[in-house]
Amino acid sequence: MSRFEYAPAPESRAIVDIKSSYGLFINGQFTDATDGKPFKTVSPASEEVLAEVSEAGPADVDKAVRAARKAFEKVWGPMSGKDRAKYLFRIARLIQERSRELAVLESLDNGKPIRESRDVDIPLVAAHFFYYAGWADKLEYAGVGDDPQPWGVAGQVIPWNFPMLMLAWKIAPALAAGNTVVLKPAETTPLTALAFAEICQQADLPPGVVNIVTGAGRTGQALVEHEGVDKVAFTGSTEVGRAIAKSVAGTHKAVTLELGGKAANIVFEDAPIDQTIEGIVNGIFFNQGHVCCAGSRLLVQESVYDEVLARLKRRMGTLRVGDPLDKNTDIGAINSAAQLAKIRELSQIGEDEGAERWSPECELPAHGYWFPPTVFTGVSQAHRIAREEIFGPVLSVLTFRTPQEAVEKANNTPFGLSAGIWTDKGSRILWMANQLRAGVVWANTFNRFDPTSPFGGYKESGYGREGGRHGLEAYLAH
Amino acid sequence: MRKTYKLYIGGAFPRSESGRSYVVSNAKGKFLANASQASRKDARDAVVAARKAFTGWHGRTAYNRGQVLYRIAEVMEGRHQQFSAEVSASEGLSISKARAVVDESIDRWVWYAGWADKLAQVVGSSNPVAGPYFDFSLPEATGVVAVLAPQDSSLLGLTSVIAPAIVSGNTVVAVSSFERPLPAITLGEVMATSDVPGGVVNILTGSASEVGPWLASHMDVNAIDLCGIVDPEEATELEIAAADNLKRVRRPAEEDWSADQGMSRLTQYLELKTVWHPIGV
Repeated sequence: MSRFEYAPAPESRAIVDIKSSYGLFINGQFTDATDGKPFKTVSPASEEVLAEVSEAGPADVDKAVRAARKAFEKVWGPMSGKDRAKYLFRIARLIQERSRELAVLESLDNGKPIRESRDVDIPLVAAHFFYYAGWADKLEYAGVGDDPQPWGVAGQVIPWNFPMLMLAWKIAPALAAGNTVVLKPAETTPLTALAFAEICQQADLPPGVVNIVTGAGRTGQALVEHEGVDKVAFTGSTEVGRAIAKSVAGTHKAVTLELGGKAANIVFEDAPIDQTIEGIVNGIFFNQGHVCCAGSRLLVQESVYDEVLARLKRRMGTLRVGDPLDKNTDIGAINSAAQLAKIRELSQIGEDEGAERWSPECELPAHGYWFPPTVFTGVSQAHRIAREEIFGPVLSVLTFRTPQEAVEKANNTPFGLSAGIWTDKGSRILWMANQLRAGVVWANTFNRFDPTSPFGGYKESGYGREGGRHGLEAYLAH
Repeated sequence: MRKTYKLYIGGAFPRSESGRSYVVSNAKGKFLANASQASRKDARDAVVAARKAFTGWHGRTAYNRGQVLYRIAEVMEGRHQQFSAEVSASEGLSISKARAVVDESIDRWVWYAGWADKLAQVVGSSNPVAGPYFDFSLPEATGVVAVLAPQDSSLLGLTSVIAPAIVSGNTVVAVSSFERPLPAITLGEVMATSDVPGGVVNILTGSASEVGPWLASHMDVNAIDLCGIVDPEEATELEIAAADNLKRVRRPAEEDWSADQGMSRLTQYLELKTVWHPIGV
């Protein structure tokens, strides 16, 4: 098939000013770590070192939690909701003002296409702060009683797939409810969180209300297990979520967990085919498939299997894999060497277990971490690629004959985060939506997010919701 | 004529498969009955029964579930005297105080019955997303809920931990008070005659400390209420076991069963499902 060739259209990096090294953001100041070693964060698209970042050890985490406690008791807790709202609105505006810079920084550090960081991540970040800002002085209407109270200090640990968006999902409702925060960004994507620390300074947010401690799992563990933390919020793998649930057992800590998924994206024979193909592509290749709610199991009704597969493959052939800063790029870099190794391993297992692997011809850059968009056919429910979260641009295709069979296959997983339905029949959408055991159901669309829309999982995909009034509830004692 | 007190599993009244029973005495230490002492196997059978009943119960209309819960209250009313005698003997209350407790328990079923078709409106929402989508969120039952019922309040407490779980469509495996199991078994008999489908409520008599760990670690249980666990260390162990499949855990806390119960136990066993659909012509 002939197609238009695109000239490179790179977004300029000049807008970002990355420092050579960063300290921890504690009590309103950047400070050196006392007991951890510095580590490097690289651009996954080029393996270029972007900056050196401090690893927070237990003593640093302790300092941050103490700062948060003090700010909670002296400033943020006693402050009126109206005044807290003003800080959050100001932060939302600052994010809008610096949105281009933040988008470039996010794409550099994470590897996601600038089209996504610019059009999805950062606008949603601003929208989340704007949404929860408006809640700060209306907590008595949140549905948890007449006199809702914050928990106190929230310890929050976020993943690398949507670094700044996950920060917003965590920090905005926490602050609106009157909690103070110690947040640990992922070790491979700390830069936008550190830029957010600067934004807190620019907003004159009182010291200690937001503290950012960088580091890896050890730092997160120290934070989650710290006695001074009243509320734990985590987004990440089910394995780590389980460990956190165990570590908080018997404590006073409230917990919300947003964990893994293995979403079924279900295509019926009467589905509008063009939208469906776009929806499948968006479902699994958005953000390189580094999405907990990715539509990674495609369930196609047998009667349209051949057509859907043929069209899907043709569409996959037009996906542009490459420079995240190029405005034409559809699929960026895999976030880290470790994640690339995991995707390769599970894909190999897919082949070894007898599924058929296909990727379009595509040239991958010489440096950095890359994986082509990939589809597996002939997948059975027992295959590991149909059961385990791959967290990469890898789609497993299964088939079904009846709606009942689609439901059984879709629900046959310990996860329950999201699901997709594609059909023209309204009553079938609602019936399917009722049957699917998943926290988010997208019908004739996929991977849509909004600050007003509660998001979170059933079963081993975690508990609690983020977004909307329900997301606020998670930060109020009740 | 004396009654044999048995377990209530899947709508039937079996003895413990282990063949064990234990002596139940009244508050003054006088023999009341031999109760079945539930085993690990009984707990597993009860979970299987609860899972089997889930789809049907959860699939009923909220209106229907509300009516079934109201029916429980009606049938309890007919057994008022029996419940009062058992509560009086078990908890050492005067018969007039025991009657008041039974009244409260019946009222509590009625209160929860009314929630069935109101939860979705109170807990759910329509979400004004910034785009051409219709977006709404609805509460749904979590699944199978294990309840380690309070040790002290043998009927009112038990009612207050079972009703909020089943009204929204969950199914329950409850372990009764160890020393005061008789009202629990009579409640099982009420369930069996109140249009509550078999398996929706399963009642085990015996030791929460013995059976609890098997329920807490069971991979087909979705949530657990640790209310009847008195020892904090034991509660911690159970919470750790419950994390294996990320059960929703309700930790033990000071409870006042006579107080207004609020919504917290109702919402504890609910999932929220958000549905998106594009708007267009």
